[in-house]
Amino acid sequence: MLFKLFITFFKIGAFTIGGGYAMIPIIQEEVVDKNKWIEEDEFLDAIAIAQGAPGAMAVNTSIYIGYKLEGLKGALACLLGTVLPSFLIILLIATVFFQYRNNPVIEKVFLGIRPAVVALISSAVYKLAKSSNFGYKKLFISLLTVLIIVLLNISPIYLILIGGIGSIIYNKISLKREK
Amino acid sequence: MEILVKLFISFFKIGAFSFGGGYAMLPLIKEEIIGVHGWLTNAEFIDIVAVSEMTPGPIAINSATFLGFKVSGILGSIVATVAVILPSFIIMSIIIHFLNKFKNSPYSDWFFIGIRPIVLGLVASAAVSVAMDAFIDIKSILICIALFYLVTFKKLNPIFAIILAGITGVILY
Repeated sequence: MLFKLFITFFKIGAFTIGGGYAMIPIIQEEVVDKNKWIEEDEFLDAIAIAQGAPGAMAVNTSIYIGYKLEGLKGALACLLGTVLPSFLIILLIATVFFQYRNNPVIEKVFLGIRPAVVALISSAVYKLAKSSNFGYKKLFISLLTVLIIVLLNISPIYLILIGGIGSIIYNKISLKREK
Repeated sequence: MEILVKLFISFFKIGAFSFGGGYAMLPLIKEEIIGVHGWLTNAEFIDIVAVSEMTPGPIAINSATFLGFKVSGILGSIVATVAVILPSFIIMSIIIHFLNKFKNSPYSDWFFIGIRPIVLGLVASAAVSVAMDAFIDIKSILICIALFYLVTFKKLNPIFAIILAGITGVILY
C-alpha cells in the first residue's frame, strides 16, 4: 500500500506542469475516482485545509491523503512521491542551465522570457482580483502591501502576521460590539 | 557547513510563511535569497522562476531545488528542498491531529480572511519587482502586454507563452 501511494503521487508530481491548481484535478482522478481511497467531500476538506496551511498546496494535499490512509508513514510516502519528480528534473536542468547561461543565444532567449514572467504573474493577479470580490477597503490593503514591499525593506512575513492577527482582533471587537 | 545551515533556515522560513502558494511566495524568496544573503542576481532569480514555471511540480519545490543547487551543489539542493517542505509536514500533521477543533474555531477563519488581501498584494508586488528587471526597452514591454492578453483572455497555455517569448527574444535581440 505504501509503495502504491508513492507511485501514484510520483505520477502526479511528474506530470503536472504549472503547479498548484493544475494538480488538483489529477489528484482527484487518481485518489477519488480511480482508487476510491477517499470520498469526494473528504477530498474537498483536504483541499480547503491544504490551501489554508502554509506551503505548496499539492504537497499539503498529498500529506493529508497519506496521513488519512496510512498514518505518518503514508504521509511520508505521498510527500516523497510528490516532491521527487520535481527534485530530479530540476537537478538535471540546473546542472545544464548554469553551464550554458552565458551563451549568447540562451541570453537572448531569456531576454524574451523575462517579460513573459511578468505577463504570467500579472495574469494571476488579474484573475485573483477578479475572483476575490474584494471591496475598496480590502483592495486598498492589497495596494498598501504592494507599496510596502516594493518601496520599503520590510519582510513579507510581518505583513502576513499583521494581516492575520489584525483580522482576528478586528472581528473579535466587532463581535463584542454586536453583543 | 555554515552555508548549509543558512540555506536550511532561509527555506524553512519560506516554507512556513508562504500562504497562497506559487507567486505569493516570490517576494519572500527574493527577500531571503537576494536581499539578505545576496546568493543570486535579480536576473538569475527571474530565469529560475521561468524554468520552474515550465517544469512539473510546485514552484516552491522547484525554486528551492534550483537555488539550493546554485548556492551549494547537490547537497544544497537536498537541504533547501527538505527545509521548504518540513514546515508543511509539521503543520499539516498538527492540523490533521486536531482537525475538529480547527474546523470549529472562528479564529482560523478570521486569520485567513485577513491575509487574503495581503496575499493578493504579495503576488502583485512580485509582478512589479520582476518587471523592474525584465523591462529593459520598449520591445520587452510589448512582449509582456501581448502575452498578458493572450494568457488572460485567450487562454494561452503558460508553457507555450514562455516558449513563444523565448523564440521572440532570439528574433528581436
